[in-house]
Amino acid sequence: MLSAPATFDLSVQGPVLHVHAAGQWTIETVAQTNIAISNAYEGLAYESIQYHLDGVEELDTAGAYLLTRAMRVGDVIKPWKLVGGTPGQETLLTVAASAQLGDPPRVHRQWRDTLDRLGRATVRFGNEVVATMAFLGQFFAQFWGVLMSLLFIAFRKFGWLFNRKAERPTSRVRYKSVVSLMEQIGLDAAPIVAVLSFAIGAVIAYMGANLLGELGFSIFMVDLVGFAMLRELAVIITAILIAGRSASAFTAQIGAMKMRQEVDAMTVMGLDTFETLVVPRAMACLLVMPILTFIAMMSGIAGGLLVAWVTPVDISPVLFINRLREMVSIQHFWVGMVKAPFFAVVIAIIGCRQGLAVSGSVESLGTRVTTSVVQAIFAVIFIDALFAILFFQIGV
Amino acid sequence: MAGELPPPIEARGILTQFGPNIIHENLDFEVKRGEIVGLVGGSGTGKSVLMNTLLGLKAPEGGEVRYFGKRRADLSEREAGLLRNEIGVLFQGGALFSSMTVRQNVMVPLIEHFDIPHELMRELCDMKIHMVGLPPESAILYPSDLSGGMRKRAGLARSLALDPQILFLDEPTAGLDPIGAHAFDQLILNLREAMDLTVLMITHDLDSLYAICDRVAVLVDKKIGVYDSLDVVAQYDHPWVQEYFSGPRARATMATPGMQKKNADKAAAAVRA
Repeated sequence: MLSAPATFDLSVQGPVLHVHAAGQWTIETVAQTNIAISNAYEGLAYESIQYHLDGVEELDTAGAYLLTRAMRVGDVIKPWKLVGGTPGQETLLTVAASAQLGDPPRVHRQWRDTLDRLGRATVRFGNEVVATMAFLGQFFAQFWGVLMSLLFIAFRKFGWLFNRKAERPTSRVRYKSVVSLMEQIGLDAAPIVAVLSFAIGAVIAYMGANLLGELGFSIFMVDLVGFAMLRELAVIITAILIAGRSASAFTAQIGAMKMRQEVDAMTVMGLDTFETLVVPRAMACLLVMPILTFIAMMSGIAGGLLVAWVTPVDISPVLFINRLREMVSIQHFWVGMVKAPFFAVVIAIIGCRQGLAVSGSVESLGTRVTTSVVQAIFAVIFIDALFAILFFQIGV
Repeated sequence: MAGELPPPIEARGILTQFGPNIIHENLDFEVKRGEIVGLVGGSGTGKSVLMNTLLGLKAPEGGEVRYFGKRRADLSEREAGLLRNEIGVLFQGGALFSSMTVRQNVMVPLIEHFDIPHELMRELCDMKIHMVGLPPESAILYPSDLSGGMRKRAGLARSLALDPQILFLDEPTAGLDPIGAHAFDQLILNLREAMDLTVLMITHDLDSLYAICDRVAVLVDKKIGVYDSLDVVAQYDHPWVQEYFSGPRARATMATPGMQKKNADKAAAAVRA
């Protein structure tokens, strides 16, 4: 289709504006005609309009809209008539003339918006903290219920062994999903956790070899690796990895279910979303996190051991282990280990809460996943700092 | 533009199959200019698959699809692009981009294909939004803020953004209340008149079929079994067609031509009384 350019001619006779138009008045040509016709309309005084569109080869809604610009002055639409043209053109003009324009898009003002966002972010931060706490509380209440039911069932099961006629007790824990989640969160993450902490252990050992070697105390690198890995690094590395790996996965899984109304479907069927979605995830995290932490500790120490052995420092594995047993007491292992369950619950809770907070749009899913990872890592480091203060105060 | 123009949509000898499962075999179908055609068929007869084939979202295993007399497969990249501008599609759920406002959604095809000043583009989009019967303030709302019916209207506004000649509608009235569905039907009729549209709609809404379709195509036994005006189709001797058009729901609709008007009168009388 070759487009003949749109041409027009305006003339005012008394109170009537005559619009003669020809050529192709379609969306392909409106960009060129737009300014010319708007300028031409300006300054003309008229009460009504007559359109002569015999020469128009093609007209669509965009072209019709430009032609009807003359009619609208503010909200008032001036009377108009199609003198020459087809009924189809008349319909198009009618449609275009009746068009109402929508609200303008919200304007952005740099400084004001920055302050506005800062304020909103502050309020949101406060709200998020409160909401996460509330969620945590809800989880513990629920979790307590689940634990009690387990205990109750243990008793009932005992009775059931002797009285088979009694109803077989069912548990509120979804073991299948807990086990499958443990595989996803724990087993699948084990290799990466091991490799990463091995590397970190090696890095710490190198640092120790360099710094302490200068002073002639290179044997102290064993203490350094042991302290650092057991007390802090192993559990932190594991927690951050799980926060990045699993908190995001929880948010995405639950968020997608929320978007597709699966969560609503579960609710109306009488399934408790907490019990079916949150508790299994938290339980799985709770169970695998100490194991992963242990793997990280062992692997980190192995990294340090290897570096100590192969570098010129030349500490043999036997010497390394002996020194470790001598200098690093078991309480440091427990200091690291005791944090694992706290991190586990917090990571799972944040992931699940963000997932349940997803609304209808795709964008909210994206922001919620980001928020969940950021919050989880933040919470892990924050709690770790609290633990550091606590352990310092009690002198462990 | 009079005379015997080739039909806007034409399909010849379509063969569609998923593995050993044949969905369409030797299917012929065409839509004439300016028609509103309703496509009906039982579940799993491949109505949506046929629409996807016509749209080029799925290549048929055999046969050819022609638009305005040209084989779709023969079109050059440029011609295919131009053709796409002539086709508007309303997907079942609206398929609006959820990260954009309604106006931005309608703008997408314009921005993509034309170099038009932003201000003018906004006005053109607002006109489309008004044409589909959405209130002006909905322009800056996001799809998640809209009801199902409004979302369909917004989807329609987007499909009309480029003034297409052909409009595909997938279950346009599904999920709407009868009043909303009736209003939507009227909207399609008005738009056809205003914009000279050719419409192919997949629908199960008998009221829609009666109210606006010029012809009805029934997809049975892997092909278009019957394709004619509704009166003829309803008499067609095929178990599925008979069941469809003489079931209790259909009888109720058929028995009362102009039902909506009567009901409206009744309601008005009730209000007066």
